[in-house]
Amino acid sequence: MSSEPLLEVSRVVKRFGGMRALDGVSLELNAGEVLGLVGPNGSGKTTLINVISGVHRPEQGTVRFRGREVAGMAAHRLARLGVNRTFQVPRPFKEMSVRDNVRVAAIFGSGGRLDPDAVLERTGLAALAAREAGALNTGQQKQLDLARALATDPGLLLVDEIGAGLNPEELHAMAERLLALREEGIALLVVEHLLDFLNHIAPRVIVLSAGREIFQGSLADAAQDEQVVEAFIGG
Amino acid sequence: MRNTRALQGGALLALLALGFGVSPLLYGNQSLLFSMMAYVALAQGLNVAYGFTGYLPFGYVGFFGAGAYGTALAITALHWPPVAAVLGGGVLAMVFGVVLAPLLRLSGAYFSIANLAASQALYYVVANPDLAGITRGPYGIKLTSVFAPNLSYAVLWVILLLATGAAIYLRTSRLGLALRATNQDPVSAAAAGVDPVRGRLVAWLLSALIAGLVGGAYGWHVSVFYPQSVFTLRISIFAIVFVLFGGAGTVIGPVIGAVLLYGLYDAIGISSPEYFQLVYGILIIALVLFLPDGLASLARRRVRDVL
Repeated sequence: MSSEPLLEVSRVVKRFGGMRALDGVSLELNAGEVLGLVGPNGSGKTTLINVISGVHRPEQGTVRFRGREVAGMAAHRLARLGVNRTFQVPRPFKEMSVRDNVRVAAIFGSGGRLDPDAVLERTGLAALAAREAGALNTGQQKQLDLARALATDPGLLLVDEIGAGLNPEELHAMAERLLALREEGIALLVVEHLLDFLNHIAPRVIVLSAGREIFQGSLADAAQDEQVVEAFIGG
Repeated sequence: MRNTRALQGGALLALLALGFGVSPLLYGNQSLLFSMMAYVALAQGLNVAYGFTGYLPFGYVGFFGAGAYGTALAITALHWPPVAAVLGGGVLAMVFGVVLAPLLRLSGAYFSIANLAASQALYYVVANPDLAGITRGPYGIKLTSVFAPNLSYAVLWVILLLATGAAIYLRTSRLGLALRATNQDPVSAAAAGVDPVRGRLVAWLLSALIAGLVGGAYGWHVSVFYPQSVFTLRISIFAIVFVLFGGAGTVIGPVIGAVLLYGLYDAIGISSPEYFQLVYGILIIALVLFLPDGLASLARRRVRDVL
């Protein structure tokens, strides 16, 4: 087995006009590991997910997945390689059935290796398979986002605020589902504001502030860190 | 679901083949049948671009005109047989489609207007008196030496069936599924592994090819035409209205739209243009208000899976 991390982000810089949304961020993630990503609004969490998933091309730095340089690679090619994501605001194909949403990803993302019905079963959406995706509630649409990402057979899953808008019961079920994915060997990079939820699934977190990493370690230790407290509450 | 659509597709193809194949034997106005068939095929071609990718080409007539002129030049300058020349006209329209492919980076009205401008530019190039040595400029084209109304009718009949077959393919195939996904949300489609550029490009070039073939068959059938008659904006507008009236993104919608509205145009559009404009206007307003997804959406209320 290779000792190389599954994902290796090194000194990534992403600018929007004059603003540095990411200013030299680095991280490593192994298969079957869950890494939390926290920080105040505007700290660069979603930008980092967008860079890793191919939505944005970084100006500097490298992103290696399974040892291969993937920075700036088109999102559809990354999805086929095994890097996928969910969205902060779910983005289903609203006028398609739930099953067709997953079928698109199974056909084009996994090259037909995965059976869409099995993915629906695994994510608890089998009973809604024939429903139009636009008719689902927010919680169900988040589940569908996750199901569609899983249908591409990912090795790395970027999870962007999947807990927001879920009720406590749905949150619990989602946490268990993400832990089950970890057990299957999928690496998870989880952006989340719900710290109890994150604490339950991620033993290690990275804290970003103004596009820079200011802490790496357990969430409990992060809460004691002066720089982290200052970033969240203000100096 | 896929089988139901394939079955409906087979039935529609058989109906069109029989309808336009047999009607010249029963009805003497071949010119009306030819024009109607051309508009059904053009509407289907526009549907391939708009209905499946969301790009509305106001300048769709540019491909039609390119096909007509390409065919004419292949006959007069290269001395190709007319059927081969029609194919050449289709290919020329597709080349025009390749040239315009960068416009697919634009979206919404920006794309539509840029496409309209491109078709107008092509019109002015073709109509330019300085190029009369090649295009005959404003003096028009004469193909009377190869005039063959029955054969050109048969060629258009084949083109119509191919255009309908292409739309059925997009409605039932994996490529069609990828296009629908890209149309609804390109970012999600890419995350699902769909290459958003490839599918759109295939549909765009297929749509250009269909219009070019129809334009080529038209030019051959009428055998005398001028730049303003094959680049008139009315052709784009008719095709767009027929598609929207019948239902974009379905296969059956453009057929219903083109047959009904072109039938109406033929009945009163030439003899009483003022009433025609009035009736057309009322129909379009009623459609936008009450059936924004076209007539095919009426059928969808009864049969969930309409082709």
